[in-house]
Amino acid sequence: MTQATPQTLAPTCARTATFTGLKCKECGAEYEAKAIHVCEECFGPLEVVYDYDALRQTVTRASIQAGPNSIWRYRPFLPVETDTPIDVGTGMTPLLQANRLARRLGIKKLYIKNDAVNMPTLSFKDRVVSVALTRAKELGFSTVSCASTGNLANSTAAIAAHAGLECCVFIPSDLEAGKVLGTLIYSPTLMAVHGNYDQVNRLCSEVANTHGWGFVNINLRPYYSEGSKTLGYEVAEQLGWELPDHVVAPLASGSLFTKIYKGFQEFVKVGLVADKSVRFSGAQAEGCSPIAQAFRENRDFISPVKPNTIAKSLAIGNPADGVYALDLAHKTNGNIESVNDQEIIAGIKLLAETEGIFTETAGGTTIAVLKKLVEAGKINPDETTVVYITGNGLKTQEAVQGYVGEPLTIEPKLEAFERAWERAQTLERLEWQQVSV
Amino acid sequence: MSVKVLIPTPLQKFTRDQASIECSGGSITELLDQLEQDFPGIKARLCDEQGNLRRFINFYVNSEDIRFLDGPNTALNAGDEVSIVPAVAGG
Repeated sequence: MTQATPQTLAPTCARTATFTGLKCKECGAEYEAKAIHVCEECFGPLEVVYDYDALRQTVTRASIQAGPNSIWRYRPFLPVETDTPIDVGTGMTPLLQANRLARRLGIKKLYIKNDAVNMPTLSFKDRVVSVALTRAKELGFSTVSCASTGNLANSTAAIAAHAGLECCVFIPSDLEAGKVLGTLIYSPTLMAVHGNYDQVNRLCSEVANTHGWGFVNINLRPYYSEGSKTLGYEVAEQLGWELPDHVVAPLASGSLFTKIYKGFQEFVKVGLVADKSVRFSGAQAEGCSPIAQAFRENRDFISPVKPNTIAKSLAIGNPADGVYALDLAHKTNGNIESVNDQEIIAGIKLLAETEGIFTETAGGTTIAVLKKLVEAGKINPDETTVVYITGNGLKTQEAVQGYVGEPLTIEPKLEAFERAWERAQTLERLEWQQVSV
Repeated sequence: MSVKVLIPTPLQKFTRDQASIECSGGSITELLDQLEQDFPGIKARLCDEQGNLRRFINFYVNSEDIRFLDGPNTALNAGDEVSIVPAVAGG
């Protein structure tokens, strides 16, 4: 078997890199900014190194605001060299003040960062993929790939189509229909693997050893994961260049959670926002909660689990960044909680009914954990809390099927309408009384 | 007894660029010792100073994570496939 190497293309764009290389998060060993993701000495994850002194000199609030209305307004903080990255309008999603949900829960200042309407594929993954594929082109890859629980597959296939890259994605074979169709439509090669996500991931690592493809979450991971920092930058900018007091976000691999923190820290480091301690709390589904279990048992290591939950986009039993997420929750005085499938469905409905946002199961998990934390007194009612909603409910319709009622089917006659309306009012009153009691 | 071992890219410089090798051992621990004999230096990359498997590396025997089996004591039989996989980001 031969090791394929990507064809190196001559750069065609201006090079204005603000990053200098890669560094091991564990032992500090340094590497060139190539398509590698683990340290050769200790297997620790590699992270991009930036020249923060240069950033402090050149980046201002005004320079960011003069940029595009997408994640690329933060380009100096992202690991790409080109001045013309793949920009499909990703990012700058709404930060909504969620007053009705806040009142329902009994807190005062709650915001929803709504990546259920991120572009082009309605999840936060468009952020990481935009960065990964821009870097993939710079590194000379012509085929890109990923292991995915669904959202990443949608995003990689869509943005690869836009960028004219060949695409082969791997998913567990039991994914929701919306996520499968929402990948196939872009005509990638789609491999549905009999196995859970962790098994798909292992297979992809083996494929990556022998095929010279750009796997966004394997050999391009140091660049890919940096895209999640934009969820931190945007919230800081949208809050009027201030950091919140408390963040609640979903945990799958743990990467998103730690990168939001990194985004806040970088803005502090270059003087764009004032320093402030922000508490970080994470949300997992009970059927796949290795990080929440470690937090509960006060362990500093993660024991892998076999996932069994409706929250398939969070169903990673062996989370690569789990220890870092655990550490972050501890050091910021946050929490990591888990909720069961019924609570997840209730969370999806609560967000929809109070704020008009239809999120997928990961968002239901996050809202249900928010509710649990408030009820346990672990969220100060006066603090500014930001909840990250990372995906769209139209992709996981199976999860709420049977829990949202049925339409009232009537004949096209006024009398039929009046009868049905009266009945609906009565049912609503009864439901309301049940809830009140 | 012979088992097949899949080698991740960062370790292939020890295995003369081979992505797959044949090795022997009755358990993962024994396999590690044999790997070290065949490819000197490789064990120090897989284990820390105390001899424990590094925390960012995963071992699978016939597709199953050894943490769901007997860990480093997991028994190996002729024809088994052992895969060494660095931790991977989520998706």
